[in-house]
Amino acid sequence: MFVLSALLSGLVFGLGLIVSGMANPAKVLGFLDLAGAWDPSLAFVMGGAILVGFFAFLMAKKRTRSFIGAEMKLPTASAIDSRLLTGSALFGAGWGVAGFCPGPGLVALGMGEPKALVFVAAMLVGMVIFSWREKRQSNAASACAAGAA
Amino acid sequence: MSIDWNEFTPWLSLFGGMLIGLAAAMFVLLNGRIAGISGVLGGLLTPLRGDVLWRVAFIGGIVVAPMAYSIFQALPPVQIDADYAALIVAGMLVGVGTQYGAGCTSGHGVCGLSRLSLRSLAATATFMGAGFATVFVLRHVFSF
Repeated sequence: MFVLSALLSGLVFGLGLIVSGMANPAKVLGFLDLAGAWDPSLAFVMGGAILVGFFAFLMAKKRTRSFIGAEMKLPTASAIDSRLLTGSALFGAGWGVAGFCPGPGLVALGMGEPKALVFVAAMLVGMVIFSWREKRQSNAASACAAGAA
Repeated sequence: MSIDWNEFTPWLSLFGGMLIGLAAAMFVLLNGRIAGISGVLGGLLTPLRGDVLWRVAFIGGIVVAPMAYSIFQALPPVQIDADYAALIVAGMLVGVGTQYGAGCTSGHGVCGLSRLSLRSLAATATFMGAGFATVFVLRHVFSF
């Protein structure tokens, strides 16, 4: 049930990206290009999503278990730190280069676009590089702590 | 600023956005989790036992969405202007950035703003600002 509902959520998410036009990078770039001929569509996508999402999270916050009995794993982090801002700035720069964020990249991959495959592969490489770096730093930190003790 | 009335699709985009909101609603109310695509995907790279299948299912659902859509209607055209070198740079920046900043357009943008999280608002303002700045520099300074 948990896996089936994840599949259905992903499917509806992907359909929403196609219907909204956001699977098309040219349309996303049309939104990000404020100085050109501006296409405000992306703001309407966010508005529609948040309108529905707001009520869902209002409901979710009051629950200790989900409707199918799963543990509620809502984020607890609230810090606005340099990691958050640096990471978001890097992501935004990459988003602006090609007009792809992760969801639309995956949808365009499902459409069989070779260019989307290159984008998604590079994105996975970026994610792996990040997790290696994190692991090395946490190893170095624990070695440091062991040395101090 | 001039609005591109030929490309602007307010109703379809609003409706598609509501579908995205519905997907986030289903995921949090059924699976108890945030529908953050970069987070779900990132978790697959350092897999934990019993934590893999639902992630694959969620990502798989997104990837098969075009196939499901094409049963009912012809898929809308997708135009990818970036060349392969640009796609590699873009992909790596998106990969590193979303993991370092713990979220993307779905996790921080859709879910975070729906939860009224200030942290996600800061992230969303930052990546949108960086996106606007990047497109401005590429299109209007270097005219790519």
